[in-house]
Amino acid sequence: MLYRTAGQYKTSYASDQAVFPVRQDAILLGIILLLAWVIFPLTASEFTFQTLLIPILIYSLAALGLNVLTGYAGQLSLGTAAFMGVGAYACYKMVTLMPWLNPLVAILLSGAFSAGIGVAFGIPSLRIKGFYLAIATLAAQFFLVWLFEKWGWLYNYNSSGAIQVPNLTMFGVYVAGPQASTIVQYYVVLVVVSLLTWVTINLTRGTLGRTWKATRDMDFAAELIGINLMRSKLTAFAISSYIVGVAGALFVFMWRGAAEPNLFDIPLSFRILFIAIIGGLGSIMGNYLGAILIVGLPVMLNTVPEALGIHIDSATVEHLNIMIVGSLIIFFLIIEPHGLARLWALIREKLVIWPFPH
Amino acid sequence: MLHDIFIAPFQDMFSAPDFLLQVLWEGLVSGILYALIALGFVLIFRSSRIFNFAQGIMVVFAALTLVGLHAMGVPAWICVLLTLGVMFVLAMAIERVVLRPLVGQPDIILFMATIGITLFLIGFGEIIFGGENKVMITEELGIPTGSWTLEPFGGLLILEQKDVTAVVVAALLVIGLLVFLSRTQMGRAIRALGDDSQAALSVGISLHTIWVLVWFIAGIIALVTGIAWGARAGVSFALEVIAYKALPVLMLGGLESIAGAIIGGLMIGLLEKLFEIYWGQPLMGGNTETWFAFVLALLVLLFRPQGLFGEKIIERV
Repeated sequence: MLYRTAGQYKTSYASDQAVFPVRQDAILLGIILLLAWVIFPLTASEFTFQTLLIPILIYSLAALGLNVLTGYAGQLSLGTAAFMGVGAYACYKMVTLMPWLNPLVAILLSGAFSAGIGVAFGIPSLRIKGFYLAIATLAAQFFLVWLFEKWGWLYNYNSSGAIQVPNLTMFGVYVAGPQASTIVQYYVVLVVVSLLTWVTINLTRGTLGRTWKATRDMDFAAELIGINLMRSKLTAFAISSYIVGVAGALFVFMWRGAAEPNLFDIPLSFRILFIAIIGGLGSIMGNYLGAILIVGLPVMLNTVPEALGIHIDSATVEHLNIMIVGSLIIFFLIIEPHGLARLWALIREKLVIWPFPH
Repeated sequence: MLHDIFIAPFQDMFSAPDFLLQVLWEGLVSGILYALIALGFVLIFRSSRIFNFAQGIMVVFAALTLVGLHAMGVPAWICVLLTLGVMFVLAMAIERVVLRPLVGQPDIILFMATIGITLFLIGFGEIIFGGENKVMITEELGIPTGSWTLEPFGGLLILEQKDVTAVVVAALLVIGLLVFLSRTQMGRAIRALGDDSQAALSVGISLHTIWVLVWFIAGIIALVTGIAWGARAGVSFALEVIAYKALPVLMLGGLESIAGAIIGGLMIGLLEKLFEIYWGQPLMGGNTETWFAFVLALLVLLFRPQGLFGEKIIERV
């Protein structure tokens, strides 16, 4: 009833190829954007911003970057966290070397460094495929994290070996560092995430996206129909690493406030891979659903025992969390290996013909 | 600079050959343990095309169960038997709950599922056994703990007896496994499934039985690795990271090759130790062992995409 598509005629090619061919989808997106831009900022508490809204957005962005590479171009990567680290350290170096730089520009530029390194580590993908490539990306993961620790220039030779986000202002308002207010940071993250999502949606719909999909589905066949595999794979690595790098800069500058090298260790890579896979590979919306699940679940699990009046010490809760997240990953893989986005698509199909299934 | 890279390390090696031998021995021992973990990976990959990321946590879990049971007052050798029983139950549970519903899914989904298993076992193990570092029950198992001192080239070479035991046991395990795979009906069934799963199924080989069996063998290998590594470094969840070391071994040796896993493991163990001692510590600030193996494997793979011993990759459109 709510999802009836009858009566929505396409009278031009442009309307047939619109991002949202069905009006209800556009309305739904409008509601989501309204929630994110207006309703949440007005109603959310400091706690909600810090533990849910900001991390969900940042993780979604990182997963979006990974999804470009793994979901669209079919190149499995386990080095996401290291590329986030490159973005974060690049951003840190830029704002400390050039304090006059607009923080937003610094964050968007830091992705470029990550993209460069991503391309360098993407070159083996021209020869190596599948799991071999996945292990090869681990070389990036371990090498870069080691470099963050050993190369003093990256953290300005401070004694702790960690980077501390300085106070940064944009148009007279603090946007990063200890003095920044959470709501401002939320808006900065939201602007960047919305912008990059919009760009990515259009990239994946265009020539580049189709080239990637052809490469993913069968690279030899793609080559035979005239796709330059090198260009296709390397652009995927570049754009994916760019987005991931920006996500890394946001991760440290807008959320964590400080970072040690081991923050970018392999568990973070896996977390992002989980988000991308549970959300759905080859889907944009899936990243958001996956991030809501993976970020929201531990928060929820932490509050449930208290709400029920059961007292478990925090270490046990943490271990229970790991265990439950592990089993839920398996559970979601079993019920829908193609992810939450596919689950939503199935629900939508049912809704279109509901209540008369024939 | 060039002198530091190309000449000085070799001068060091020749001026102190006993130290070089010590470094090589250390490398060999860790190489054998890498090879054992890689062997667990290869067995499961060959028979089910599953890239089993949980091998590392299985090592930890087996060692923790062994130590935990002994702490409850069970005699050491009965602990080993009981731990084997636990690993068998674990293999059954994984096959039944995780793998069976996921048959025929893309590789990456199964890979993710094994990471799910890893997380589950980490949480489960921490709740039951606690996260603190434990001491492996080396003496109770009858493993000698002394050391032999040799004097080659007038220098000093110390061989820990538990390391020697680990090497011998690992060698016996590998030989036993090779005999099992080539001489027994079950072993042949595993190899048949690896060669052509459709054909194997059509001649009546049960997929489910073989999967349980293979995961159980991986569990046995995990227990041996856990005892050997636990005797060197204690039993804790930090052990899990050595599973990552098995990955470049797999790249180097090829995902399907048992011989490749062993040779690759030894190569990585030796080379990363040499690199760390002679190049990493003097020139790069140390701790290069975290990435050296990966970068080495990456470079080898650029020239041989299927690894040193993997099956030649033939692709058709």
